[in-house]
Amino acid sequence: MVDNLTPVLTKRWLSPRSWTLKTYEQLEGYTALRKALKAHPDQLIQQCKDSGLRGRGGAGFPTGMKWGFIPQGDGKPHYLVINADEGEPGTCKDIPLMMADPHSLIEGIIITSYAIRANFAAIYVRGEVLHVIRRLHAAVREAYEAGYLGKDILGSGFDLDVVVHAGAGAYICGEETALLDSLEGKRGQPRLKPPFPATAGLYASPTVVNNVETIASVPYIVNGGADWFRTMGRERSPGPKIFSLSGHVERPGQYEAPMGITLRELLDLAGGMKDGIPLKFWTPGGSSTPLFTADHLDVPLDFEGAAEAGSMLGTTALQIFNETVSVPWAVMKWTEFYKHESCGKCTPCREGTYWLVQILQRMVAGNGTASDIDTLLDVCDNILGRSFCALGDGAVSPITSGIKYFKHEFLALCDQNSQVLAGASA
Amino acid sequence: MSTSEEVYAASALDPVETQRLVTENVADTSVFDQSIADRARAIIARYPQARSALLPMLHLVQSVEGYVSQAGITFCADQLDLTNAEVSAVATFYTMYKRRPCGEHLVSVCTNTLCAALGGDAIYAKLKDHLGVGHEETAGEPGTPGSITLEHAECLAACDLGPVLQVNYEYFDNQTPDGALDLVKSLQAGEKPQPTRGAPLTDFRQAELQLAGFFEGRDADLDGPSAAPETVRGAKIAAERGWTAPAMPDNAEFPPLPEKK
Repeated sequence: MVDNLTPVLTKRWLSPRSWTLKTYEQLEGYTALRKALKAHPDQLIQQCKDSGLRGRGGAGFPTGMKWGFIPQGDGKPHYLVINADEGEPGTCKDIPLMMADPHSLIEGIIITSYAIRANFAAIYVRGEVLHVIRRLHAAVREAYEAGYLGKDILGSGFDLDVVVHAGAGAYICGEETALLDSLEGKRGQPRLKPPFPATAGLYASPTVVNNVETIASVPYIVNGGADWFRTMGRERSPGPKIFSLSGHVERPGQYEAPMGITLRELLDLAGGMKDGIPLKFWTPGGSSTPLFTADHLDVPLDFEGAAEAGSMLGTTALQIFNETVSVPWAVMKWTEFYKHESCGKCTPCREGTYWLVQILQRMVAGNGTASDIDTLLDVCDNILGRSFCALGDGAVSPITSGIKYFKHEFLALCDQNSQVLAGASA
Repeated sequence: MSTSEEVYAASALDPVETQRLVTENVADTSVFDQSIADRARAIIARYPQARSALLPMLHLVQSVEGYVSQAGITFCADQLDLTNAEVSAVATFYTMYKRRPCGEHLVSVCTNTLCAALGGDAIYAKLKDHLGVGHEETAGEPGTPGSITLEHAECLAACDLGPVLQVNYEYFDNQTPDGALDLVKSLQAGEKPQPTRGAPLTDFRQAELQLAGFFEGRDADLDGPSAAPETVRGAKIAAERGWTAPAMPDNAEFPPLPEKK
């Protein structure tokens, strides 16, 4: 039986000056790299496939398969780009990881680059996290000085350069093709797919884009092996995962547990609901994942479990709201966010989020009618699956799930107004 | 460009307005001296293709002027052999590039749903009221000591520490309206309170220089605190209870080399 919490990625966070190369090397740092450089790159890709590691950035795509899509022997440069543009509301795992343990990410980058035969990697980190950026810069510098980066790494003949690239405040750049455009010095707007980044990514060359937590997991898989990784979590969602608890809980924070843990178990570790006020709704993985309620406390939090219960695992950002919070208000706030962050490239998302905000603001101000609910759902229907990228899909999640579970709250906002209208028409 | 009599004669506008429209408007980029140009070249050298340097270069521009001016746009365009329009299109897309001069400090309050529910909206309202300014407006003469630009921000990825705000992109966690007000008052008075997580405060422009990737002489900043109690909560509980991940095998082997298809 595996323990309730399984610190792998978060274990080193407790060590003094954990962000330095010295501490990292004292705690097995860069041992996986030495081992990996002795293997054939294709063995590393196979091992990653065998481990069942799935992307930690929200979509859960099998990582080894993504690496395997990179055409080899094509004569083009290959690139690895780290998506460190953490901005999905509720998500706060990669920022503490990079602050506390930047070398684990860098070691993962070197191993992954070796596997996919990339000689240039970029860490695209959101601009608003200066402390993370300075720690990353320092860690990259230390890695160069120690011979882990640059030419002929540890005598292997493998070369790699890594650049830390600060973004400039655009949620859409978390979408991988928008991120690539942004990294090319353009407006961060998503590209039409196909072609996928594996064939035409950065500078139109084969590119792997992976999340921070995904790549930071790689050194442990190299050291422990695929079977070890699979001792944690569930069959199709193996491994440990950082669950971020925020909101109305007694002890919010980062809890690294095997995939498949439930909110009930996590709440127990976090001291329960704050001041004992009951749970009303929560997101399993950021605001783009449909809301859950108190009925979902025992849903296993892995990719399959969350999907079977009607939501998505997303980024395991558990935002927890108690009974004092109005669902229509929360939905309005999230919708304002999506409207602000919609890049404007495609019409359903740009126009749809604009009108959704108008309607929700009117309803929350007490000027809505019951037919507004139908209009909201109709607009959502015209955004979902019809937008250029997943931002549009994410934008409708809070609204449709909010209405699904808490329609009475939306109706209550209209009640008084409906009566006035009824009276006026009589 | 010389303007012929015919242009004025043909124009429906008055001569002053006509002249404004037909005169080529060359921005004065002299504020970006050789040392800034050297830094711009250093940014370009980091990338396989020059244009990738544009985002960091716009941060560099902000470190000089406290915003992205027309001169800043021209400077970037010159460095990267782009048109002003191409640079403008990028500069106006991103929230962190400011189109008006910022104060000594930039105060960003998270008002996304979770922080808002925990008090972020109240914090923003209190600061707005105290400073007498709205979103992306500056209290005081921009750039002068004690001047503050206020903004409400989207999720700052510190939700377990909410409500949060940032000063020059350093974190102040678990804020209250009164605490945030005291913080802003002390910034106005020229003090520099220590962030909960991050390096000792400097000012907006120096933060922008670091975002462009220049950290010379700032090694001590690295030791600024980062592990809030919330950050290490799970790891601490596990340590106290003796919970660990399953032990790794002594010598995990790689799978055999897959056969070529």
